[in-house]
Amino acid sequence: MSTRVSLKEVERVAELANLELAEDEKPAMQRNLNAILEYVAQLSELDTSQVEPMAQVADLLDSVKDPGHGEALRLDALKPSLNRASVMEEAPDTDGAFFKTPKVIER
Amino acid sequence: MTETKLSAENLVEKPATIAALREGIASGTLPAVELAKRYYARIEKHNPLLNVYLSLSREQALAQAAAVDAAAAKGDSLPALAGIPIGVKDVLTMQGAPATAGSAILKDYYPPYDATAVTKLKAAGAVLLGKINCDEFAMGSSNENSAYGPVRNPYDTERVPGGSSGGSAAAVAANLAVATLGTDTGGSIRQPASFCGVVGVLPTYGRVSRYGLIAFASSLDRVGPFAANVRDAAEVLGVLAGYDAQDATSSRLPVPNYAAESAKDVKGLKIGIPAEYFAAGLDPEVRKAVEDGIAALEDAGVIVKRISLKHTKYAIPVYYLVATAEASANLARFDGVRYGHRSAQATNLSSMYRLSREEGFGPEVKRRILLGTYALSAGYYDAYYKKAQQVRRLLAEEFLTAFAGVDAIVTPTAPTAAFKLGEKTDDPLAMYLADIYTVTASLAGICGVTVPCGKTKAGLPVGMQVLAGHFAESTAFRVARAVELAQPK
Repeated sequence: MSTRVSLKEVERVAELANLELAEDEKPAMQRNLNAILEYVAQLSELDTSQVEPMAQVADLLDSVKDPGHGEALRLDALKPSLNRASVMEEAPDTDGAFFKTPKVIER
Repeated sequence: MTETKLSAENLVEKPATIAALREGIASGTLPAVELAKRYYARIEKHNPLLNVYLSLSREQALAQAAAVDAAAAKGDSLPALAGIPIGVKDVLTMQGAPATAGSAILKDYYPPYDATAVTKLKAAGAVLLGKINCDEFAMGSSNENSAYGPVRNPYDTERVPGGSSGGSAAAVAANLAVATLGTDTGGSIRQPASFCGVVGVLPTYGRVSRYGLIAFASSLDRVGPFAANVRDAAEVLGVLAGYDAQDATSSRLPVPNYAAESAKDVKGLKIGIPAEYFAAGLDPEVRKAVEDGIAALEDAGVIVKRISLKHTKYAIPVYYLVATAEASANLARFDGVRYGHRSAQATNLSSMYRLSREEGFGPEVKRRILLGTYALSAGYYDAYYKKAQQVRRLLAEEFLTAFAGVDAIVTPTAPTAAFKLGEKTDDPLAMYLADIYTVTASLAGICGVTVPCGKTKAGLPVGMQVLAGHFAESTAFRVARAVELAQPK
């Protein structure tokens, strides 16, 4: 099996994704990623130089496509939103008005 | 030692039809409260082995049932699903009940609002029994990725129910609910429905609101029903479908009467059979059951056309790039700040993010976040993510071209019947290939219905996938109904 992704790259991608992998998780992740990337490499057989990328199903459907004049956007009007107290009940740490986190800037 | 494994006869049970239950509830011969209690008794008996329900909403459910009985006693006309016991996949929010998404990171999370699909079921009088087990964040094809343990298949408890909506499929197969809600991103309704011998519906993208669905891959995620028969599935979809201002991709197209449409004759409909879905890798017993289903359709008067969808083999690579890229963005929200798990080991903000995610996510979720992050990262974006989006268009256009010549396309739902627990857990790629016949419809945004079309010699159910074009659910239901009619009672 070819190695497209090195152990160092696994660590770099984990950092980008804010994941802290345990040392013993890394080699298995590297093996899995390489196997999957080798499998998806077959896409390079296709010439797609003239094909527009498709990001959304609506790209295909005239009936629901936003013609670009904002018709699909909602009106910019005030509406009630969720009650703050019920949202804050789910927070790991809060003073009732804000979410509390550990120190952001170290001095 | 006594044998604790229950026999299949004890577990597989067909629920009564919605129409029959509705009549009993309206006439008072079967009070909704009594029906709900019967379901809770059955759940209590079988859930310890099957592991379908993660939480029960008994108080809310019995209150809803009592309100239905009171309305029935007054002679009020009842809404479409009044008193019908329904279960909800745990990736959808329901106020007053936890929503774990099968993940440890959302253990004990109580969402402060209802998903639109849940709101609609409640408005239709449904009795929502509880929240149902699934693969973590709907990522998996066997329900073995749940942080709360796997669901067992009611037909053979040593086998998986499929995934990710494995619990929703098993619930209907074992009559632990009359119908259930599931979600389907790459096959997560259709494949488990096939493994558990029930009907599963993939609605067209935009047909059912995604509001309140804990997002996995937003351009692919759909909400849809499971039921024991095609008509019931059509009735539930009729309640779920329709425009919702809370989902920017929701369609304003009117909702047909799917139940009435499903009963229409199939004579003269043109059905395409794509060669690529019957190639190497298809289990011979599955092939036989699906071919028998096609023969039954011919007997019912459909015109069968052999077709080719030659880009099919690229669907799995495209799917696993697009879905993981979107997942890596969607799952960035789980960081220990606003809700869900926060690590007790954190010393600063950055370690709080990383440790909360490391402790909260299971291995498959981490694998997909890493793959998606890699595919979106500088230097790889064009080669992987953009390439996948380009091939996605080729796959979608191939379907649209095919639907210009046929009304529906019929395939096996999965290449095999239910596999054994543990059989594929060490090989992520082998697990991904369980979705080989379902991912293309997901990428194209078209709709489909999977319907039981026979069994293997070992007695495991086999499903047939009936695909139809965008917003052509009525056609898919009609064809599925014709296959259902041909099954032995």
